[in-house]
Amino acid sequence: MEKYQSTALLFEMSRPGRRCTRLPTCDVPASETKALLPASALAEAPPPLPELAEIDLVRHFVNLSTKNMAIDTNFYPLGSCTMKYNPKRHERLAALPGLADLHPLQSDASAQGILEILWEMQNILAEIAGLDAVSLQPAAGAQGELTALLVAHSYFRDRGQEERTRVLIPDSAHGTNPASAAIAGFEAVSIKSNARGLVDLADLKAKLDGRAAVFMITNPNTLGLFDPQIAEITELVHGQGALVYLDGANMNAILGVTRPGDFGVDMMHYNVHKTFTGPHGAGGPGAGPIAVREPLAPFLPAPIVVKGDGGFRLDHDRPKSIGRVRSFFGNIGILLRGWFYIRTLGPAGLRAVSENAVLNANYLLSRIKGIYEVPHGDRCMHEFVASAKRLRRERGVSAMEVCKRLLDFGYHAPTVYFPLVVPEALMIEPTETESKETLDAFADALIRIQGEDADFLQQAPHTLGISRPDEVRAARQPILRWKPQ
Amino acid sequence: MSYIVNTPDDQRAMLQAIGAASTPDLFQNIPATLRLDRPLAVPEALSEMELTSRVHELAGANRSAADAVCFLGGGAYDHFIPALVDAVAGRSEFYTAYTPYQAEASQGSLQAFFEFQTLICQLTGMDVANASLYEGGSAVAEAVFMATAATGRHGKVLVAESVHPDYRRTLRTYLANLEPRVETLPTPDGFLNPDDLRRVIDDQTACVVVQHPNFFGCLEEVEELAQAAHDRGALFVVSYDPISLGLLKRPGQYGADVAVAEGQCLGNPMTYGGPYLGLLSCREQFLRRMPGRLVGQTVDRNGKRCWVLTLQTREQHIRREKATSNICTNQGLMALKAAVYLAALGPQGLRETAELCLRKAHYAADALTVIPEVRPRFSRPFFKEFTLRIPAPVPDVLAMLLAEGYHGGLHLGRWLPGLDDSISVAVTEKRTRAEINGLTAALAKALAPVSRRQRPEPGRGRTIALESR
Repeated sequence: MEKYQSTALLFEMSRPGRRCTRLPTCDVPASETKALLPASALAEAPPPLPELAEIDLVRHFVNLSTKNMAIDTNFYPLGSCTMKYNPKRHERLAALPGLADLHPLQSDASAQGILEILWEMQNILAEIAGLDAVSLQPAAGAQGELTALLVAHSYFRDRGQEERTRVLIPDSAHGTNPASAAIAGFEAVSIKSNARGLVDLADLKAKLDGRAAVFMITNPNTLGLFDPQIAEITELVHGQGALVYLDGANMNAILGVTRPGDFGVDMMHYNVHKTFTGPHGAGGPGAGPIAVREPLAPFLPAPIVVKGDGGFRLDHDRPKSIGRVRSFFGNIGILLRGWFYIRTLGPAGLRAVSENAVLNANYLLSRIKGIYEVPHGDRCMHEFVASAKRLRRERGVSAMEVCKRLLDFGYHAPTVYFPLVVPEALMIEPTETESKETLDAFADALIRIQGEDADFLQQAPHTLGISRPDEVRAARQPILRWKPQ
Repeated sequence: MSYIVNTPDDQRAMLQAIGAASTPDLFQNIPATLRLDRPLAVPEALSEMELTSRVHELAGANRSAADAVCFLGGGAYDHFIPALVDAVAGRSEFYTAYTPYQAEASQGSLQAFFEFQTLICQLTGMDVANASLYEGGSAVAEAVFMATAATGRHGKVLVAESVHPDYRRTLRTYLANLEPRVETLPTPDGFLNPDDLRRVIDDQTACVVVQHPNFFGCLEEVEELAQAAHDRGALFVVSYDPISLGLLKRPGQYGADVAVAEGQCLGNPMTYGGPYLGLLSCREQFLRRMPGRLVGQTVDRNGKRCWVLTLQTREQHIRREKATSNICTNQGLMALKAAVYLAALGPQGLRETAELCLRKAHYAADALTVIPEVRPRFSRPFFKEFTLRIPAPVPDVLAMLLAEGYHGGLHLGRWLPGLDDSISVAVTEKRTRAEINGLTAALAKALAPVSRRQRPEPGRGRTIALESR
């Protein structure tokens, strides 16, 4: 049986006159459109959208959904993305009309329940960070970084230190770090990693001077290593009067174990969709709240939720605030799911998350380290970076080919070719919500793959609907939309 | 510990395989002095039943659009969401998937996003659309970045005051430490007069930003404004209401270079402000300046049609500080909902939805202005939202309307002190004649006692003070 009923595009299935939605009859005395709006503003015809019946749409999209791998169907050890289980209770609760049908501009008095949740979330995220104040506004991690760097810029301007124009960023960092620095009006300066994959202190010292505004660090870093020099690093940065920023992408490793504020971080972002299990939605939404030390708090975006005598309210009266990075309060739907999760786990449960995430990663590492090189040590935090370098050298098989073949075994591929500092990188993050059996089966697949015929691997995957899309053609002759013949 | 699978036996076996004595041993890279020596001070764990009951209690402490009739707009609207939108988006193969970097394992999402991009092009009449941005405000900022890069002009950006105040504030924040100045053009009559634009636009203007219909619900003179922008070599950036395009000319028809929007109205619930959906489409010539992800069509090694993320050399993970934008995570699930919504409505459904909004809004404006001293604030054509001058302190009136079961309108003095005596009222296709008549009666009742008492003095009361109540 051909599993997929349809691969046609909506536009190819469209038939003139077919309908799905029907609207109610107008129940108010109706004037003609032309009497209400000037003719010059009106289109002659509505947009040429496709015309389909409800059954067409349901079959189309349900069949499309079966062409995805997802956490609910497959193990998804995608490094740096923390693809943990997304609890079903979160979906049911977030859809309650008392939450989903709230207008962002309704009065504070009519929104006391949601404001209480958001206020509590601010406090919880401050506690987990070991920092003083939180803004829930940023829509994703990258926007959190940008927001924090804008806060830093305003902070230094307020102190008359406009000569601080540089942001120092390790070469193993996510690309969003330098991109955010540029928008915030800073010059991005790259800091080398040493042979152990950690910050090269000599390079940091050489580049750290009175021009430095912020040092951005991912810790644990993108190699899955906690930098034991962190106290020394933060002392050095503070010694030059600069701030330390933590990219919180890897918070899943340290919940309740250590706190960024306690190791010298001044500001950070969370990825609520990673650490606190917002479903990734095939690319978003996320939520990227930031936490900062007290001296930076006046510059946070407005509004912030505050608790007063009359209940909870949105405080817009923040004269030193950087302003806004988006409309309305934030990605509430994801923040809610994060709050549901934290409330379900409690203090012991949060710590158990990190302990088991680290245990699972180390166990998987121990299973495959004899087969794939793991260049930076045989212990890791919540993830590790293996290398297919030997496979490449000896048999011409690349990390990408290992990944493609893993898909045949029903596993989503690890993050590949990142971080850039490891050749043929396979970045693997199992998360705490996977069992030993799953980890064993995945390790068995990785071990089996390295012994398979090179030609066979270079043609993989063999069992999915498609294999090896021509990406060069996609970029050279871009087709970004369907057009009628 | 609900979601952890390892049993104590598993943990022992795994530690043995690792060669570690205990789980804390695995954290030895963290210096002992930096470790937290107490439990986190967060609330104790709740079972699913306890959590459910707590959330119901808190949700019940809100007055949602489900239990007070919603006439609020200002960028977020109570439109109807067909059940199939949630049925499709509720497929966990969609919502628990990650960004479709592994094309073979993500064809479902990739094809859906390709269809989304096409639908947005069909909606707007523009050439290309990306796979989504965060929401309507940062979408304006991203459009302005495109315009400064495309024109090479870093002098100034002209923005009509009738653009949503949150969008304008977002733009100012994004540009705070960069070269271009943001100049706001006053709109005392509820729209940007093209002559006012012509007076201030110059050869260093990267773009002109307007919203149509604008924050007050009024239509702008978009064709003339586009012409005025193009005459001086500036780009014309418009923020549109997707639903309005069931009736109004499309941005591609009146000369927009970049068209952005808040896409919440396309099948996404209001959820107190997010997650929403930033829409961005543009003319072909600006393709390589676009922010965010793009899905492209190609073929696989067997010649089969398929879809991939493409033109990634624009993006931060390749180009780092030289990227067109810092965006990474976008709003994929909201884009999926918008695609299902637009396909479900089709051309006729979108037109009928827009017509219902238009007619009911005009019916409501007529009914409300029958009340003595309630007057239209602006005499401009409007679509689904309009502004009224109210002869009494607005926060008090709105509180009285809420007590009667109506989220009756937005107090414009929150953002614009000159409009402290005014509200905006939004009417979607969901509002019935009975609800509109009910609001009219409630407003008449609220104004009856006060109309003989104090009158607000123009500009009285600070914006902040009003909002903080």
